[in-house]
Amino acid sequence: MSEDHIVTSFDNDMRELESLFEEMGSIVLLQLKDATRALRKEDRKLAKKVVKGDKQLNELERELNDLAIKILALRQPFALDLRYVLTTLKSAGYLERMGDLTRNMAQRTSTIAKAEAETGPIETLIRMSELVQAMTEDILKAYKSRDSELAKIVRDQDEKVDMAHNSLFRELLTYMMEDTSNISACMHVLFIAKNIERMGDNIADIGQEIVYMATGEWPDSKRIKGDKTSSIILS
Amino acid sequence: MINKTEITQEALSILPPIMTANNVDVFYGKKQAISNVSLDIPENQITALIGPSGCGKSTFLRCFNRMNDTINICRVNGEIKFSGQDIYDPKVDVVALRSRIGMVFQKANPFPKSIFENVAYGPRIHGLAETKDDLESIVIQSLKRAGLYDEVSDRLSEPGTSLSGGQQQRLCIARAIAVDPQVILMDEPCSALDPIATAIIEDLMETMKEKYTIVIVTHSMQQAARVSQQTAFFHLGELVESGDTQAIFTNPIQERTQNYISGRIG
Ligand SMILES: Nc1ncnc2c1ncn2[C@@H]1O[C@H](COP(=O)(O)OP(=O)(O)OP(=O)(O)O)[C@@H](O)[C@H]1O
Ligand SMILES: [Mg+2]
Repeated sequence: MSEDHIVTSFDNDMRELESLFEEMGSIVLLQLKDATRALRKEDRKLAKKVVKGDKQLNELERELNDLAIKILALRQPFALDLRYVLTTLKSAGYLERMGDLTRNMAQRTSTIAKAEAETGPIETLIRMSELVQAMTEDILKAYKSRDSELAKIVRDQDEKVDMAHNSLFRELLTYMMEDTSNISACMHVLFIAKNIERMGDNIADIGQEIVYMATGEWPDSKRIKGDKTSSIILS
Repeated sequence: MINKTEITQEALSILPPIMTANNVDVFYGKKQAISNVSLDIPENQITALIGPSGCGKSTFLRCFNRMNDTINICRVNGEIKFSGQDIYDPKVDVVALRSRIGMVFQKANPFPKSIFENVAYGPRIHGLAETKDDLESIVIQSLKRAGLYDEVSDRLSEPGTSLSGGQQQRLCIARAIAVDPQVILMDEPCSALDPIATAIIEDLMETMKEKYTIVIVTHSMQQAARVSQQTAFFHLGELVESGDTQAIFTNPIQERTQNYISGRIG
């Protein structure tokens, strides 16, 4: 597609949509990094900042929604433009959900830090988070350059997050069985792990949107789902 | 994942085309207006012809009922078939052909006669009505099919030109329908109408396609997307791309199509 639209204000609207999405993406990434640092250092102040910071994401998403609706109603885009507006709209929803999950992670971090309880394998949790952070960075790159190949790679990386979640799940179960006084803190850790696992799913979904945006077709092979925790029982 | 556009594309291709154009060239004197265009028109579907002004949409549309014959300097090469028969065969009766393949123009052009006479004219010259009652029922049914009857039932003897633009356009559709055609060609039928009158005609087309095949030239991408099942994009006298409307408007193959429908070439 040649770069410019005949109607300049159309290009302006599209560029604004793109920059709103990118702003949301960088805030999500920053929030996740802060939440992870708060978890590692049991830093309640930083955790509180993350909880507060989520508001900004919600506002940006609302702004992006309004703009997308305006473009659809007034500009009636077709073809690549149409796919671009729709996939950005949906992907912004996934980013917003990642923000919610991050906020929840920070809330639980506050609780754990306050209780000064034994939480077990925090390191695995941090590795999971770092994996998701790297995926977020790459998915934002793929969005900016409309790179369906990179989007597919990122989407497939979600399997690694699922695997880490599986092993953490087992680890925590044994931990809780060893000493029941660990249960309360471990449950919070478990939920945080689940949160991070779901962030990975959200990124994979954005990856799918980007493939559709760039190619007009949904990726054919079903994404490899590695989350096995729903069938794990220790006895 | 199943690709939805592929399904509809398949559905399109299993319907036998009622008309086919094969390697059609059209010249006005020495100037070539259409180059080597081949396109199937599926039966009981709406096909939209789109493209920038001067790309040859009207010229190509007029080939389907030999309307170009009325232009002295116009010459058509290639083959156009209607139900398997070559319509440019010298043996073809052009008047009869045009009763099978009717036309509705951009500017509603009712005859300077009554509403009734506008619709009765065709059936009368084609000898479709044996009695006065026959004729009357054809007129009424055509007006009904064109969604106009309720608005004019008590003023059939008033001049056609006394109607509003949208009503006049539906009168012209009724006139085309009255001779019981199989195909109706429409050249920008809504370009002079407001959104409500346009919506009424679009709604009408949707019901008409059960009985007729429609080929419509339109400048409105939205209209093409709304009403048609097949879309053909023309540029500089060539057919750039044709196919399932949904596919053309969500994921066209050709860059030229992409650029045009998304507003990137003049
Ligand atoms: N009667 C005619 N005599 C000579 N040239 C003609 C005639 N009609 C059309 N042309 C030329 O043929 C080309 C195609 O014209 P045509 O009217 O088919 O285009 P179009 O796609 O219908 O355009 P528009 O969207 O403006 O109606 C143009 O270059 C036009 O100038
Ligand atoms: Mg024309």
